[in-house]
Amino acid sequence: MSAVVQITDLHKNYNEREVVRGINLSVAAGTCFGVLGPNGAGKTTTLRLLLGQSPVNSGEIRVFGLPIPQAGRAVRMRTGVVPQADNLDPDFTVVENLRIYGGYFGIPAATLDARLRELFEFVGLTDRAHARIATLSGGMKRRLTIARALVNDPELVVLDEPTTGLDPQVRHMIWGRLRDLRQSGKTLLLTTHYMEEAERLCDELVIMDQGRILEQGKPAALIRQHVEPEVIEVHGEETVARRALESAGDGRFEVVGDTFYYYTRDARAVVKHLEGLSELTFLHRPANLEDVFLKLTGHELRD
Amino acid sequence: MANLFFPRFSNAAFAVWRRNALVWRKLLLPSILINFGEPFLYLLGLGYGLGLFIGEMMHMPYLTFLASGILASSSMNTASFEAMFSVYTRMIPQRTYDAILTTPVEVQDILAGEMLWCATKCVISGSAILIVAAFLGAVHDWSALGVPAILFLVGLCFSGMGLIMSSLAPGYDFFNYYVTLVLTPMFILSGVFYPVSSLPVALQSLVQLLPLSHAVDLIRPLVAGLPLTNVALHLAVLAGYAMLGYLIAVRLTRKRLLV
Repeated sequence: MSAVVQITDLHKNYNEREVVRGINLSVAAGTCFGVLGPNGAGKTTTLRLLLGQSPVNSGEIRVFGLPIPQAGRAVRMRTGVVPQADNLDPDFTVVENLRIYGGYFGIPAATLDARLRELFEFVGLTDRAHARIATLSGGMKRRLTIARALVNDPELVVLDEPTTGLDPQVRHMIWGRLRDLRQSGKTLLLTTHYMEEAERLCDELVIMDQGRILEQGKPAALIRQHVEPEVIEVHGEETVARRALESAGDGRFEVVGDTFYYYTRDARAVVKHLEGLSELTFLHRPANLEDVFLKLTGHELRD
Repeated sequence: MANLFFPRFSNAAFAVWRRNALVWRKLLLPSILINFGEPFLYLLGLGYGLGLFIGEMMHMPYLTFLASGILASSSMNTASFEAMFSVYTRMIPQRTYDAILTTPVEVQDILAGEMLWCATKCVISGSAILIVAAFLGAVHDWSALGVPAILFLVGLCFSGMGLIMSSLAPGYDFFNYYVTLVLTPMFILSGVFYPVSSLPVALQSLVQLLPLSHAVDLIRPLVAGLPLTNVALHLAVLAGYAMLGYLIAVRLTRKRLLV
C-alpha cells in the first residue's frame, strides 16, 4: 500500500515556541489514521502544515506523493477538510453553502447538484436543505461541514476533532458515516482527544504530546503493549482505597483526581476483596486506549 | 502579470466574486433603494440648493460639477467600506476565508475576487447615480457612458487600499483612523465640491498625489462633455494604487492568515 501522507522530521515554531518537534508519520491509502493528543499537543498545527496553510520550519511533507506547500493547490483539490471550528457561510442557506463551496473547486453546477442530493442523504439533512445556517443545531452544522468536505469527492478526508462538543446520538451517527467513507476506499486522517473515538475508528494511530510522537501502532496492539489487560477503577475514601489496593495483590495502581486505577493481569482476587468493602465503589473493565494515553502523557492537567 | 514579484491569481478569484454577488442579490431591493435614493437627495439638496447661489463652476452648471464629483467620491466610499468592513467580517469574525483556504483557492485569489467585487459594486452604485444625474439634467454628453468603466478602476484603486487596512486591523475601530485621516480629507480636498485650483499651491501638489483627484479629473469631462486631458497620467495613478494596494494586501493577509 502506498502512503497518502508522508511526513518526515517536521518542525514548526510559533515565534520562539516549538510546537511541532520532529514528527514522522505515514498514512496508508484506504485506512483511518488517528492523531491522539491532549490540547496543545500540536495536532491542529500538524494538519494545517499538511494542507499547506502554514509555513514549515523544516522537514518534508508529501501528500499523494506531491510536495507541500509547493503543490498545495493540487493537493487541496483532492482533499476534504472538516475544521475544528465551525466556519459555514452564515450569509447562505444549507444548499447554497455547498454550491458556493463547490464553486471554489470549479465543479460545474449540474455535477454539483446531483452530488448534493447524495450528500444530504448521506448526512441526513435532506429536509433542511433550504434552512438558514443560524437555525441549525450544533450537530447539524457538523454534519453539514462533513458534507461540505465531500463536495469534491476527495481521496483524503482530514478531520480535526470531528465530534468534539456533540451529543452521543450525533457522535454515533458521525462515526457510522466515517466508517462508510473508509469502506468506500477513502483515506481518513483525524485528530481527537476522545479515546473511544480513536479505538472505534482508527486502523492505526499516533499518540502526540508537546509536539512529539510518543507512540504509534494499532489500538489493540498499543493496549497490549503498554498496559495490563484488566483495570479496576476505585472511588471512595482515599486511605481506605489505598490500603485495600496495597494489600490486595501484586498489580500496580495510579491515582488520577479522586479515582484509583488498578492495573493487573488477573483481577479476580482484588474484585473479591473490594466486594467486601462497602465504603468503596469500583468498576472492573478491560484496559482501553485511555489507560495507554494516561500512562504515556501523564496525569497533570493541560491547558 | 506573471513576473516573480506580482502574485498570480487564478479563475478561483471569480468564485469569490460570485459568492459576494450572490449575497448582494439577496439584499437586492434595499441595495437598489439606497443606490438611487442617496444620490437623489444629495444632488437635489446640494446641487439645486447650493447651485442656486453658485450658478456656474468651471464653465458648467454647479449640479453637473457636483454630480461628477459625487460619482468619484461615492465610488471611493463604496469600495473602501466594502474592502474594510465587509472583508474584515469575512476574514476574522466570520472565518469565511478559513473555509475558502481549505479549497484550491489561495489568498491572492480571494483578494483579487474581493477587489473585482468592490469594483463591480462601484459600477452598480455609480450607474445609479449617473441615471439620477441624467434625470436631473446634469449629464451633458453621451461620453458619460464611459464613466462606469472609470468607476471600475476607481473601485480597484480604493479597494486595494482598503484591503491593506483589513489585513492590519485588530478590530472594526481601526478603520476610523483611515476614514478620518485619509478618506475624509481626500473627500474634502480632491475637487468634489470646488476646483482643486482654488486651493493653496502647496496643497494642490499634495492633492495631485491622491487618487481621488485623478478620478474626478477623468469623470468630470465625460459628464460635462468637455475634452479629457492627461488621460494616461490619471489612469496610471489609479491603476498604480490598485496594483500596489493588491500587492501589499496579499503579502500582509498571507502573513496574517497563513501562520
